[in-house]
Order: sequence, then structure tokens, then C-alpha cells
Amino acid sequence: MSENIYGIMAEFDTPTQLVDAAVKVRDAGYTKTDGFSPFPLHDIDEALGIKRSVLPYLILTGGITGLLTALGLVYFVHVIDYPIIVGGRGHFSLPAFIPPMFELTILFAAFTAVFGMLFLNGLPSPYHPVFNIPRFALASREKFFLLIESSDPLYDYEKVRAFMDSLSPQEVFDVPE
Amino acid sequence: MQDAIEERKLHPAMVEGDHDFGTVSDRIGDLTLKKRTPFHWFIGFAIAFLVAQLLMVTIIYLVTKGIGIWGTNQPVGWAFPIINFVWWIGIGHAGTLISAILLLLNQKWRTSINRFAEAMTLFAVACAGLYPVFHTGRPWLAYWLFPYPNTMGIWPQFRSPLMWDVFAVSTYATVSLLFWYVGLIPDLATLRDRAKNKYFKKVYAIFSWGWRGSARHWHRYELAYLILAGISTPLVLSVHSVVSLDFSVSQIPGWHATFFPPYFVAGAIYAGFAMVLLLAIPLRHLYNMKDFVTKTHLILMGKVMLATGLIVGYSYIMEAFFGWYSGSQYEWFMIKNRIWEGPYWAFYWMLMFCNVISPQFLWFKRFRESEFWLFIISIIVSIGMWLERFVIIVTSIQRDFLPSSWAMYSPTIWDWSMFVGTLGFFFCLFFLFVRFLPIISIFEVRTLLPQANVHGRPQDFDENVLEIEYTYDKTDPPNS
Repeated sequence: MSENIYGIMAEFDTPTQLVDAAVKVRDAGYTKTDGFSPFPLHDIDEALGIKRSVLPYLILTGGITGLLTALGLVYFVHVIDYPIIVGGRGHFSLPAFIPPMFELTILFAAFTAVFGMLFLNGLPSPYHPVFNIPRFALASREKFFLLIESSDPLYDYEKVRAFMDSLSPQEVFDVPE
Repeated sequence: MQDAIEERKLHPAMVEGDHDFGTVSDRIGDLTLKKRTPFHWFIGFAIAFLVAQLLMVTIIYLVTKGIGIWGTNQPVGWAFPIINFVWWIGIGHAGTLISAILLLLNQKWRTSINRFAEAMTLFAVACAGLYPVFHTGRPWLAYWLFPYPNTMGIWPQFRSPLMWDVFAVSTYATVSLLFWYVGLIPDLATLRDRAKNKYFKKVYAIFSWGWRGSARHWHRYELAYLILAGISTPLVLSVHSVVSLDFSVSQIPGWHATFFPPYFVAGAIYAGFAMVLLLAIPLRHLYNMKDFVTKTHLILMGKVMLATGLIVGYSYIMEAFFGWYSGSQYEWFMIKNRIWEGPYWAFYWMLMFCNVISPQFLWFKRFRESEFWLFIISIIVSIGMWLERFVIIVTSIQRDFLPSSWAMYSPTIWDWSMFVGTLGFFFCLFFLFVRFLPIISIFEVRTLLPQANVHGRPQDFDENVLEIEYTYDKTDPPNS
């Protein structure tokens, strides 16, 4: 039975129950855990011990890349490849180049934010074991779920199952692989 | 629970009626999934579609014949195309203001109106983008605007505000689309899980990327969303600033003014909120969304309109004052020509009535709280903002430095058909949006409900997302 199980999932009715249960799961030492909610719950980050994402640094890198790309582009165009005097300004007239540099900074940062977020989240993932539970469709509507994966070092089917039952959930499911 | 009730008493209700997570999802999601398409939708879409055909016909004739079919002449080389471009792009700004700036300011009321306001932004930018492309006269060469290595061995001129405009508007369109789409992902997942139709389910599944509401995903999602809001804020301010630089970097009296960027940005937000109200008021009635777009929302939007209207009014006064104070005979002549001596003086006073007088009624509760008057004032303001661009553009260049080159400008039927056509195109896109996507952000409305509180603490979207450092200690966990 425990061979082909992805994890054990419990269903809760309210966000408070989910967060309280998550605190207990964390304190019991489980690390391969996840919560599912129909909207972002801030308390659960702390409750499950989720570490702050590196995403902001990626976005900063993306923004700087955009800035340097634009700077390189205007420098190449107006100083190296096609130097031409316009309006009596020098070849490298930085103030006039600020708007394109600013816009590309934003553009690259925005692309990094969106696709970086999706990438770090492992999306797109059309299949995921949790979707095997029919009631999981309610996770995008009104119910809250807590999952302990079978890859957790402390995982033991009987123990985890009993532990989940002790959290007084609505229902406990075995999530098949 | 007591805390939750107290919490709700402190804030004016952002969600009215007795809702829980499920009813919120049904009420908004069922518009796309279950409910029969209402009859008024077909009527509205048919009219918008017919009007959009005007745009088709105009563009076909325009491309075949050339831009001589327009009234655009010398010296009025920037006429309807630029007036309408600025008008449309300005309207778009309210959507970004609502979705980004109000998010950073933690204004909870933006939550129920941001989705359709952002859609409005996208469609307005699409309409705006048409004008410069066709105004080039050779739209099939529009890609010359972008810097790419070519056999001609030339490059665009990056010192020109027109080039800045290309970068600003294309970045704005792209980032607005990304921002809007990111907001849609969790809602598309809701629709995916609710859809009965096999094909719709597939489509929603593809576009929701397999979103499953994982806590780890939400964490990164909120960071990304917040940072997008943070970078969209300077972006939206930069876009209309750059649009205004198209004018103010030139040396034409009436355009060459340093205060143009803030003046244009305030005007853009002013016009945009008028358009948001014009869309929100019918939407909440026709689709019975009064629980989510409440009177409070309309009143707050009315207040933003009043505030930006006052900034715009102040700018008009400053504009006239600078014309006199500059001591330049050309500047002062332009002001006189614009306000009382010139042929277009009536447009100036119509503009004053629309943009300065009409919003003053919003000081009074009676007008601010009446949907009818908000709707009427929004229409007047939309017309006023169009007149503003007409006055700025036409009266500045029709009589410039050299009297021998003075001329009158009047639009032709093709100028009007293109403008009315873009209105049809805009509403066409909006009707399609209303039919196929959730018009209100479902997951964000859930966070407004008192049921979303954890131990009485509200879970408002993005609040305190930056504070979740490791404040807990294994030996002394919170909530225990």
C-alpha cells in the first residue's frame, strides 16, 4: 500500500484549522509538507516553515539585465555603429537614453517575475498526484488541504495516518502516485 | 468569530450580503460557466461588432488611399490620430492605477474592481496602438520603429521622444498583459475545477498551468504579484510622462512646457476613472454584482475623479499663467488664440465646463452617492478629456510662429469613422471578456470575507507579505 502512495492528505473547513494543523505538522518534524487553499494564507508560510523565496533576487537580476541591454543597445547604435549628431547633443547623450533604459528594465523585470514565479513553482504541471482526489477540486473553491508526502524522512504510513486523524480534519485521504 | 465581526464594522463593507467562499466562486464563476448568455449581451455585442466594422472599412480605405483621406494637414500634422491615441492610452492608466498603485497603498476596495479595470487597460491600449501605426502612412513598415539590424544600415533615433514612446507603450502593453494574466491564473483554476463542459475544462486547464493552490506556490505568487505592482507603478507614471514629452520636447508654444508630465498623468487617471465608472455601473446592474461592486466602491471612485479633476483644473490655470508670465509673445499669443481670440475658443470653454465645472458636483454627497449622476459626470469627463487633447494639439499648431503658414483644421468623415470604430472595437473586446473570463477576481474577493481570517487576523491579499521572516522559534511556536 505505502509503495505507490504519494502522500496523505487531510481536508479542513476553515483556514484557522488548516494553519493550526500545519503548526502541529511542523512541530512533529515533518518537512515534505504542503498546504492548499483557495486564496493566499499568510500565516501558513510561518506555520509550515516555508522559507522566503529567492524570486525577488531573480527579478532584480532581470531588471539589471534589462538596464544593461538597453544601455548596450543605445551605446552600440549611437556611438559605435551609427554615430550621428542630433540636436547638438554628444554621441553618448545619456539623459536622452534614460527612457528606453528605464522601459527595458521594467520589461525584463516583469518577464522574470512572471516566468520566474511559474518556473520556481514547477508550473506548468498538467498532472499532479493531488488531482487524483476528487474532493481536491474544492481546493480552488472553499476547502483547505494539508499534505504530508511519502518522501518525508519521518514518513511511516500508519503513523502519519494516525497523526492526520488526530488533527480532527473533515476527512483523510491516501493520495495515489 | 467575534473579532471578525468587529473587523467588519471598522471598515465599510467591501463585500455586501451573506457570502462564503463557495457562493463568491459561484456568483462570479457561473457568469462564464453556467448562466445562459443574457439577451442584453447579444444586443450589446451585436451593436459593438457593427460599429467595429466602421474601423475595418476605414482602415481598408485608409491603407488603399493614404492618410490624405483624413483632415490632417500642414501645419496641423498631428490631429485626430494623436488626439485619439492620447485619449485611449490615458484611459488605460486607471486600470494600472487600480491594480498596482492602490495595491501598494493597501486600498482594499481595489480588489473587486481590478480585474475588469485591467481588461479595460489592455483594450484601451490596443485601440491607442492602432493610431500611431496607421498615422505613419505605411503601416506595413511599422516594424521600422523597432531597433533591429537591417540591410539599410540605419538605426532608430533614441534621442527622439517618439522612439521613447515606442518603448514606453510597447512595454506598458506587455507588462499590463502579464499582470492581468498572473491575476487570472488562480481564477482560471477555479473555473477549470468547476467547468462541466469537457472542452472549456481543457482550455481553462491549459491556461491555468496546473495551478493547485499550494502554499509554497502562493508564497512565490504573492511576491511576484507585489513586485509586479511595484514596478508597474513607476511604469504607468512613465508612460503618460513619455507621451507628454512627445509634446514638451518640441519647441511649439503650448507644447513646450515642463509641467506636462504630471499634468498628463493626472488627466490620464481622471479620464480612466471616468471610463471605469462607465463600465462598472452597468456591469453591477446587468450581472447583479452589487454585492461585490458596492456603493462604497462607486463613491470612492467618484472621490478619485474629483481629486484628479482638481489637479487637472489647476494645470489649466497654470498653463494660462505660464503663457502670460513667460513674457514670450508667442506663448502669450498662443494662450489668447486658444482661450478667446482664436477660432477654436468655444472648444476651450466646453473643455472648462466638462473638466473643471462638472466634477465640482462630486463635492456633494447627493451627487457622489447617486449612480445616475456619477454616470452622467463620467460621460461629461470623458468628452472633456477628449476636448483637452483636441485643444492642446490643434490650437497650439494651427497658428505657430509664422502667420503665413497658419491654417484651420477640421476632421473629415474618415477621422470620425476611425474614432467611432475604435469605440466599437473596444466594447467588442470588453463584451468578449465579460463572456469568457471572470469579471471580478474571485480569489481576491475571498480574502475580503471575514471567514478568511485566521485567529481573527485578516488575510488580505498581499498584506504583510514582506514581513514573513522566520519569526517563529521551534521551541516556542506561534498559535499554540
